[in-house]
Amino acid sequence: MSEYLFYPGCSMESSAKAYLASLESVCKPLGLDLKEIEDWNCCGATEYLSLDLTPAYSLIARNLALAEEQANGTNTLMAACSACYLNLSKADHYMAEDKKFGKKINEALAAGGLHYDPGQLVVRHLLDVIMNDIGLDKIKEKVVKPLTGLRVASYIGCMVPRPDYNNHLSDTEYPYELDELLKALGAEVIDFPLKTACCGGHMTQIGPETAFELIRRLISSADEYKADLLVALCPMCQMNLDAFQGQMNAFFHTNYHMPILFFTQLMGIAFGEKPEKLGFGSELVSAHEAMKRIGIQTPEPAPATPAPRKPAGLPMPPPRIRAGQPATTGKEEAAE
Amino acid sequence: MTEQVNVSEAPSAGPVKHEDLSLMQEVILRTPGESHLEMCIQCGTCGGSCPSASAMDHTPRAIFAMLRAGMREDVMKSNTPWMCVACYYCTVRCPQDIHITDVMYTLKNMSLESKLIKNSTAPDFSKTFIGLVETYGRSFEIGLAGVHNLKHFATRLPGMTPMAVGMVTKKGMSPLPPKRIKGMDQLKKILKRAKELEAE
Repeated sequence: MSEYLFYPGCSMESSAKAYLASLESVCKPLGLDLKEIEDWNCCGATEYLSLDLTPAYSLIARNLALAEEQANGTNTLMAACSACYLNLSKADHYMAEDKKFGKKINEALAAGGLHYDPGQLVVRHLLDVIMNDIGLDKIKEKVVKPLTGLRVASYIGCMVPRPDYNNHLSDTEYPYELDELLKALGAEVIDFPLKTACCGGHMTQIGPETAFELIRRLISSADEYKADLLVALCPMCQMNLDAFQGQMNAFFHTNYHMPILFFTQLMGIAFGEKPEKLGFGSELVSAHEAMKRIGIQTPEPAPATPAPRKPAGLPMPPPRIRAGQPATTGKEEAAE
Repeated sequence: MTEQVNVSEAPSAGPVKHEDLSLMQEVILRTPGESHLEMCIQCGTCGGSCPSASAMDHTPRAIFAMLRAGMREDVMKSNTPWMCVACYYCTVRCPQDIHITDVMYTLKNMSLESKLIKNSTAPDFSKTFIGLVETYGRSFEIGLAGVHNLKHFATRLPGMTPMAVGMVTKKGMSPLPPKRIKGMDQLKKILKRAKELEAE
């Protein structure tokens, strides 16, 4: 068993419970021993950096200081969320590169009796650990239920391959790691051109139209390549593409149905774990049909509740937005 | 290490009225590490790579030209940094290795201080997010989405209901705030000191 310090991050305990559950269940077959940092705090995502740089880096550095204190035999700090990974990595990188800045952050940490020596920890993402420490050979050995016949789009997103301060992945724009991993599980992996394009991040909350367009690009591309589902490795990407897919469809009058899963969920399935233990059924766009095609029974989605009928009233323009409905072309009315 | 150009000593040239020659230097000094901002060659790779450029009033390239020209007020008013989604495409593609995403973070800090930013949607989202983190030590996604959307997108709320229900019933997200971390006092002391240092 190789030991790693583990920073879960807030989403893994809230919107991405499926990620945490599936990660925990694949740890044993992979020989991963994760030691959660005690009393970690939020990394501030992209929000604190926007407001106030020094407090933002101090917030991140508290986690680094705690991890350094609690490190026992390992100096690798692993995160599974892309934003958490990048923030931890960024703080370590800039504290080391810019000595004056590092001193300032340590001065703030000192107010809480903490200290972090930049460079003491190696911050890494789960995918990097799985691919470079465990390796494909070991993964192939553990596969008991190959995902043969499942066509997947492997989606890495932004913050793991970019800026990638320590060159952990193969490329900043077209890294092959997740493709290779999914192929090792037996899946058919499409050559997804938008592998590291942006999911919109927090734009769903501040400029929804921009976010919907970014979500549409990803979903429609995966759909054009006839992917059964899209595989993500970040809670934010999964949330944007899954939870906002309905609103995106309504906005563009489209009817995409692209289930979004975490790569650890598919690893669990290939390793013979039960779908219920891997958080299946928690996705808003159900993966039930896609998984059924390869003989995996996941929780069935609840039947869609029909939209409440509105009484015919004043002659208003037809409702433009209705979630999950195919676009009306206007031809129907013209034909009448 | 790159030699930093001291723009405040650069001779004024051309028809541009140099309102504030220290502006670029200020951005460089406030950005952690070597931002290489002074190295911009105005090639426009940043804007061409930007997924949210269409929502920006100036492309990143234009913003860097404006910084060089000392157009403080126009830069501070611009929504450009606030529309940045932090995808780092510009950062890895920049032929001059400018840490563009980090420069955008610095510009957001400065635009808040200047109080010139007109649309408060993006700054408010950050403030609500961080207000919750400063209270609990953890983020509170449902609380954040609720508060923020009520304030800025109230008309969107009916359309969001199915999603909100799914968040709780399917994703199992708790509508209750998270448990406070044990070291909340410690974190507050750290952040208080950090804010003093930022103001210095």
